[in-house]
Amino acid sequence: MPDPGQVADGGSEKGGARGRYFVRFTPGQRYLHAVLFTTFLGLAATGLPMRFSESIWARKFATVVGGFGAIIFFHKLFAVVLTLAFLIHVRDLVSRAFIHREKGIFWGSTSMVANWKDAKDLFGHLRWFLGLGPKPQFERYAYWEKFDYWAVFWGMIVIGFSGYAMWFAPFFARFLPGWALNAVLVIHSEEGLLAILFIFSIHFVNTHLRPDSFPMDMVVFTGVESEEEFKHKRALEYERLKSQGKLEARIGEAPGSWQINFSKVVGFTAIFIGLVLLVLTLSAYLRE
Amino acid sequence: MKTASSIALVLATFALLACAVPVVAQANADCLACHADASAQDAAGHSISVDGSKFGASLHGSLKCVECHTTIKEYPHPEQITPVKCESCHADQAAGLAGSVHSVKAEHPCISCHGDAHSIFPKDDPRSAVYPLNIPRTCGACHANDAMAKKHGLPNVYPMYIDSIHGFALSKEGLLVAANCQSCHGSHHILSHKDPQSPTYKTNIPKTCGSCHAGITADYMGGVHGKAIARGELKAPVCTDCHTAHAILQPTEAAFRMQSTPICGSCHKDKLSTYRDTFHSQLGSLGGYVETARCWDCHGAHDVLPASDPKSPIAPANLVATCGRCHAGANASFVKYQPHANARNRKLNPALYFVRLFMNLLLAGTLTFFVIHTILWLIRARYDQVKRKSAEGGKHA
Repeated sequence: MPDPGQVADGGSEKGGARGRYFVRFTPGQRYLHAVLFTTFLGLAATGLPMRFSESIWARKFATVVGGFGAIIFFHKLFAVVLTLAFLIHVRDLVSRAFIHREKGIFWGSTSMVANWKDAKDLFGHLRWFLGLGPKPQFERYAYWEKFDYWAVFWGMIVIGFSGYAMWFAPFFARFLPGWALNAVLVIHSEEGLLAILFIFSIHFVNTHLRPDSFPMDMVVFTGVESEEEFKHKRALEYERLKSQGKLEARIGEAPGSWQINFSKVVGFTAIFIGLVLLVLTLSAYLRE
Repeated sequence: MKTASSIALVLATFALLACAVPVVAQANADCLACHADASAQDAAGHSISVDGSKFGASLHGSLKCVECHTTIKEYPHPEQITPVKCESCHADQAAGLAGSVHSVKAEHPCISCHGDAHSIFPKDDPRSAVYPLNIPRTCGACHANDAMAKKHGLPNVYPMYIDSIHGFALSKEGLLVAANCQSCHGSHHILSHKDPQSPTYKTNIPKTCGSCHAGITADYMGGVHGKAIARGELKAPVCTDCHTAHAILQPTEAAFRMQSTPICGSCHKDKLSTYRDTFHSQLGSLGGYVETARCWDCHGAHDVLPASDPKSPIAPANLVATCGRCHAGANASFVKYQPHANARNRKLNPALYFVRLFMNLLLAGTLTFFVIHTILWLIRARYDQVKRKSAEGGKHA
């Protein structure tokens, strides 16, 4: 183990690589993200050809994977896997909140729920972008990360519900009005398009491609980040843990080189697929 | 010429043997005495040879040579020999040919299709050039020729026909009932499809196809398209508008199902564009998967009727059954779905219009805000990074 004090006042750029690592995500959260982005890429790759079924690439892709029977089969398969992952996440939340009575799930500095500080951070951040104020310091989850989380949460419900309404239309028709059967396709495709455009442009840049993280933030793959990165990105959480004396409890193992390489291969593949889909989507959307 | 002189020699010998009377050739054998020679040619170098046994076995075998070659009565033959006139016996056919697209004076149109008159067979004989199974090849002698087609402004129809369902039935199955060229175009009196007398003129097509497809034609004539054609509305589609004339496909084939929706849409433009917005179209337009509803799956193919007609599959009372053909469990509220809803039309589909408007605003609003946010952030973060690095560089220096 390296000497904590040495790292604490080291301050050099390269020091982080030999320094302490802190756990940010549990294995469960990392698996959830892996399932989420795998199925999301699958859903996007099979959903976009249906949305832009008039474009040549959609028809070529459909032919390659085995026609539209195959496309719709894989779309439904990914949808079911993602739904299961979502339900497991919800069950986990419910059990943490109501059975284990875990504090800080719905409110406070470690919660995903937006609070007054997030609103202040958003304006502070915008002021800092324009050089009108200091850079805000963030807690465990910054406002854009909370937005990402709730965008997915809302998207899961909206896209999921409208998707199942189409899949089992005669059943849903029992309690939905007639025009709703028309509306679900509009909702499904527009919300899906929003999710695809948002994830493949905004999320990719905010989380992975911005200068602080470029070319990729590995923390969601390895689960740990260097002390320097922790302090720089989430100073308030770092200080809070330090003052509560809980910092040491969060120390994790430095990621092995295989772990970093594996994460790079998986991450860059996902980003590459996403960017290809983004270009195809934009080209088809703007031509409509 | 050597041949001519040898013929003259043979004929002279024959004449002497026939008691030296002036020759008035009557029997075919007399003619064949010279014309059986396989190398016999006239002065212009054309073969004038006739295979006697082949001729005897042919449809014309019972005729005497002079019955067709009427101007040749003696030997030596006259200087000018007029071409044989088939119409002296085949007057009806000749009359038909006279006003047809094939009445070209320069060539001998009978031989072009029927072949050599000395080895001609009845049309139900498989050796005949106009036997049903041989007709496409016979017509194809000209109509498979790109240059010929271009010259006359015609499509090169033979390849289209031979790969069509009719062509397959004829060439692969050997079906005598399969439509061949003359089933639709006639034989001697072939007219342009622009001629109202032609069996391929637009308003005559249902009757022409109906000579085999009687049931379908009856259905068609009962539908809106058939009634419109009967009224003389030339915009209405006939059989060939959807099925094409020569390259007709099996209607259950994927290729046909893929090509037909745009054909309906070429007239019903607004219906095609609203259909394109639906899942039926999105899933169906990508090949390989052909089971989604196309126009005729709901509207019927031949007997298309308006929704106001109780017999129409899209009449309100029939919708549950019609949708239920694909959607097991379709019920009264399920069929409230509008397969041609227009989300861009606020008056026709207000609920859908506002749903789409909300979704579009959500999409545009979210992306606009975050794109600006991200771009500003990128610039600022990069600026800070460069500043920090240069400050550190300065420290080390």
